[in-house]
Amino acid sequence: MDKEVRLDCVYVPSRDIVARDIEGELIIVPLVSGIGDLEDELFTLNETGRAIWDRLDGKKKLSEIVSELCEEFEGDEKEIESDVLGLTNELLKRKIVVKTSTE
Amino acid sequence: MTAYFEKVNAWNKDLWKGLSLPLASLDLELTERCNNNCVHCYINLPPGDVDAQKRELSTSELKDILNEAASLGCLRVRFTGGEPLLREDFEELYVFARKLGLKVVIFTNATCITRGLAELFFKIPPLELIEVTMFGARKSSYERITRSPGSFEAARRGMNLLLEKGVPFIIKGVLLKDNMTDAEELTSWTSTIPWMDGPPVFSRASYLRCRRDSKVKNDLIKRKRLSPAETVASLMSAQNGYENALREFCTKFMGPQGEKLFSCGAGIGGGCVDAYGNFQLCMMLRHPETVYDLRAGSLKEALEVFFPKIRETKASNPGYLKRCARCFLMGMCEQCPARSWIEYGTLDSPVEYLCEIAHAQARHLGLLEEGELGWEVKDWEQRLESLSGTAPGGEQTRTGQGTCALA
Repeated sequence: MDKEVRLDCVYVPSRDIVARDIEGELIIVPLVSGIGDLEDELFTLNETGRAIWDRLDGKKKLSEIVSELCEEFEGDEKEIESDVLGLTNELLKRKIVVKTSTE
Repeated sequence: MTAYFEKVNAWNKDLWKGLSLPLASLDLELTERCNNNCVHCYINLPPGDVDAQKRELSTSELKDILNEAASLGCLRVRFTGGEPLLREDFEELYVFARKLGLKVVIFTNATCITRGLAELFFKIPPLELIEVTMFGARKSSYERITRSPGSFEAARRGMNLLLEKGVPFIIKGVLLKDNMTDAEELTSWTSTIPWMDGPPVFSRASYLRCRRDSKVKNDLIKRKRLSPAETVASLMSAQNGYENALREFCTKFMGPQGEKLFSCGAGIGGGCVDAYGNFQLCMMLRHPETVYDLRAGSLKEALEVFFPKIRETKASNPGYLKRCARCFLMGMCEQCPARSWIEYGTLDSPVEYLCEIAHAQARHLGLLEEGELGWEVKDWEQRLESLSGTAPGGEQTRTGQGTCALA
């Protein structure tokens, strides 16, 4: 299975987790066994993570997400790209997101 | 690498920017029916009670409640009873709750756990420890309490299925005159369960029928429950660090609480829905004037309007005002509106049984002399102060956030 995160790929939250917005906090609740390395804990994301997560909608490629974030936050493109790849990689490793398609 | 992720303890208030969740946790009594017939049970009805079954919330009503709970930020529900696994729609409700992102505590006697259920809990973990009630390490002591032939083997089979699948569970117990001598053996047996990090939590104060529905059953419970002296002896000897924790607790939380009846957290960010849709401030308090009919309203309204009003209730019983309102043992004493309701049918009657236990504990700690009464002591602050430096062994212990055994 291809585990490498690529900018030309599209990712979407897995159906094996439930993402909840509680009092403005994103809380990721595992639904099935084997999510992340913990089965009885919940996860949340920091501000950067949240901004990326909100765009992982199963339609946008990671490269498009990078462009959007560059426009919105006027940040350094290389840094933002590294954040997007870094987070998506972690999410994929923990089976919290899955890849939907490649080009 | 940047730490995008954070593993969170959802009960940490900092996560919610200092705000309390409108509803953090909810108890759902799926049924009052149970396949055991425990001598001490405060609620159980026969498993085949058709009338009770007809009155129970339907699957769709329960799903509506779960939906609203999740929308209010609820993180954890407890499925309890009766025996919650008696409901034919248990699996459906469980999966529904988990798909809403709720963690589920299942409080069960484990007798109805099948291979299929253990498999389900393995695939879709509850994210909370399953809580199993046990009354003895052997058939004779266990079934003396459950009065249900075959229940011991069934419970052991259920727990073995959980063990085989690695589904985490813990044991909770009840101490009665009938099984007091078995506590050590049960504790030793539970130490083989990988998820137990200490002796099981034993409930020692058996409560009367919370619906005040049977004098015969109440008389039996009164005969079976530990005497105040037995309760104190058992508490002080069985639980590591209990006495030190109690001393610390006393110095922090004890003192007269006046005419205000609710000093606990009942109805704040949580509550209990009974099998028929009545929302209660806590699991025990079923006084008709304190429950909210969810079939005609919402969790939100109960939490925001109804419960706060009930919590303002003040005592008017002269006996309570003379004794409990002025007693410095309040905090350690388990007197509360729910216990008063269960024992006497009012919210503000001093519960003699609990009063005796509190006084026995206070005498044990040296807070009271023989014959002294907590509400007559004038220098209680000095007595509590002197207690803080007298913990035997000097071991520091963690104090819980309250003593309510109903939580």
